[in-house]
Amino acid sequence: MYSPQIILEAALNGLMTGAVYALIALGLTLIYGVLHIINFAHGALLTCAMFAVWIAWAWLGLDPYLVIVPLVPLMFVLGYGLQRFVIGPASHGDDGNILLVTLGLSIVLENVLLAVFQSDTRTLDTDYSFQVVALGPLLLSFPRVIGLAVAVVVTGLLWLVLNRTDTGKAIRAVAKEKLGANLVGIDVPHVYAITFGLGCACLAVAAGLLMPTFYVNPRIGSAFVLVAFTVVVLGGMGSLPGALLGGLFIGVVESLCGLFLGDSLGQIGIFLIFIAVLLVRPTGLFGAKA
Amino acid sequence: MGRSVQDSALSGISRRTVLKAGAAAAAFVTVPVAAPSILRAQTPAVKIGILQPVTGALAHDGDLGRVGAEMAINEINAAGGIKSLGGAKIEMVFGDARSTPEAGTQEVERMQAEGVCAIVGGFASPICLAASQAAARYDLPYLVDVGVSDQIMARGLTNTFRFSPGFGKVTQVALDNLTRINELAGKPAKTVVLVHEDGLFGSGLAKLLQAELPKRGFEILETIAHPTPARDMSNVALRIRSLNPDLVIPSNYYGEFVLLARTMQQQRIKPKGVYAVLGGAASNGRFVKEFPQAAQNVIDCNHWHDPKNPKALALRKAVEAQGKSFAYNVPLNYSNLLLLADAIERAGSADRKTIIEALNASTFAGHIMPYGPTKFVNGQNEGATPINTQIQGEDIKVIFPETFAESKANYPAA
Repeated sequence: MYSPQIILEAALNGLMTGAVYALIALGLTLIYGVLHIINFAHGALLTCAMFAVWIAWAWLGLDPYLVIVPLVPLMFVLGYGLQRFVIGPASHGDDGNILLVTLGLSIVLENVLLAVFQSDTRTLDTDYSFQVVALGPLLLSFPRVIGLAVAVVVTGLLWLVLNRTDTGKAIRAVAKEKLGANLVGIDVPHVYAITFGLGCACLAVAAGLLMPTFYVNPRIGSAFVLVAFTVVVLGGMGSLPGALLGGLFIGVVESLCGLFLGDSLGQIGIFLIFIAVLLVRPTGLFGAKA
Repeated sequence: MGRSVQDSALSGISRRTVLKAGAAAAAFVTVPVAAPSILRAQTPAVKIGILQPVTGALAHDGDLGRVGAEMAINEINAAGGIKSLGGAKIEMVFGDARSTPEAGTQEVERMQAEGVCAIVGGFASPICLAASQAAARYDLPYLVDVGVSDQIMARGLTNTFRFSPGFGKVTQVALDNLTRINELAGKPAKTVVLVHEDGLFGSGLAKLLQAELPKRGFEILETIAHPTPARDMSNVALRIRSLNPDLVIPSNYYGEFVLLARTMQQQRIKPKGVYAVLGGAASNGRFVKEFPQAAQNVIDCNHWHDPKNPKALALRKAVEAQGKSFAYNVPLNYSNLLLLADAIERAGSADRKTIIEALNASTFAGHIMPYGPTKFVNGQNEGATPINTQIQGEDIKVIFPETFAESKANYPAA
């Protein structure tokens, strides 16, 4: 049996890993939860962002946290362009097509990265990668504490965008009633693309926060994306607070299961909890009543 | 299976082979490979196939393997080629195994069509298994450069030779050396935690260690498995911290090894030793360069060149001068080429059967590995052995056995 301190530390580790899950899921909950685009390319786009952070560090010597600033608009533009000129036109509004297009896109992105970077694992090292924040006897990883704080702030910002701006209102209008929104003069393809762009911008933040403690190779995104889909459904489709709390919750569950059952089985807990929640609350923790 | 081969190296080519080779060559066009220099010498060149995965998941290793082979070929040619064949130069026929056994097999077919008299390389066990099997159909000598799976040598293929040690031998030596290193230091380590990736390689190794360590007086506190890729080693580190073992023995791939080492450093876990067996990063120059702190004092039992051999040191310098990080792939491929050239020299012919006979009779000692004279029994070099290295400062030093040691083991490290 582990000491309470070890268990507490594992739970806190999980909380901080969960914060990054939450960030990745925020992007997905916008795209999937609001627009019902099943974006299989989400993982590959995260990988692209992580490589961008790595390149900025390796070639230009930029700090990964600083890279987030220019990377957010870049990823937004990339997401906007992909939705506007690739996914949207290619899918003709059919969900089945969207699924295939984003899956194809993920395969293309992954293999382009593989061709350019080969499948070597790359890491970057910063002065603070190994720093710890000592909370009494607990040693918490400094970059993860930052990750947790940033995830909360980003969620708040996104919530403000969705609830307090005209763009946010347009996004919600399109999500609720596409035809109606179109009739009152909302440019629906533009709103779709903006939403997709916002989702990709979240990935830029997640990539910057991940890189000081993590590594990147062309297939790394897939390790995160399945968990992100689970977080979205668990938190409730389209709910930003749901994505945040769902991510944190799943991080803690995974960490504690990993501690007690071994890391290979850590993810079992995620899916057990997921099924249990869906049996009790089919709309997820924060999902609107159907 | 093996059909008899006539004197001509090009016999036994069917139309199908040519078609297959054409397809493989077409697929290969996109891969940039240094074209072999065409020599208009008096004597025809001796063609040797070099098979390495220079694209795909194993590209980093394949690239180093190719470097080792090229350096040996250049050296042999500069010294006058194969003298018993009138100074015939060696011509490299390169094949990219693209990190898959299927592609490796295709490349063997293509090399066969191009008339090579032997093939060296493969790197990964699955590629070596498939490629040597394909070569066996043409009685084409195949020299495994790294592939540690003992299955490779257990099939009774007369064309397949392995100059380096296999999995079983490496584990045996790793345990013997660990016991000895521990005894020499006054037995500071008694308890062990095994950390392994949950795939074929890590699980297999962990099973062997679980059976053998208790016989040698070590108590295994826990065996911790983790998936590949692992996203986070915090829990593994926490468990190690709560168990507080004397030794941690990891068996995982590069990325996870690095993640574990960094997390242990962060959590201020300082066991008396980290002892890797065929470690994913423990004797890799890149790990030392990128994370010198986390890499400090990690011990590995792995393939490594003889550090007392001046030729080996010159080779290492030359590779590092090219801006590449050095690893065991270079000296292994370099040595394999010298071994093969020696066999061709003694055979006095590029005939495959004669080369196989010459390899079987080989007592070659001009290599740069810590093996002594070569002696093949059923294709396996009996004298092959891994040695122990430790990361000390910014370098990888041999620490055991004493005959080859460059420096003393920094053990116990904490």
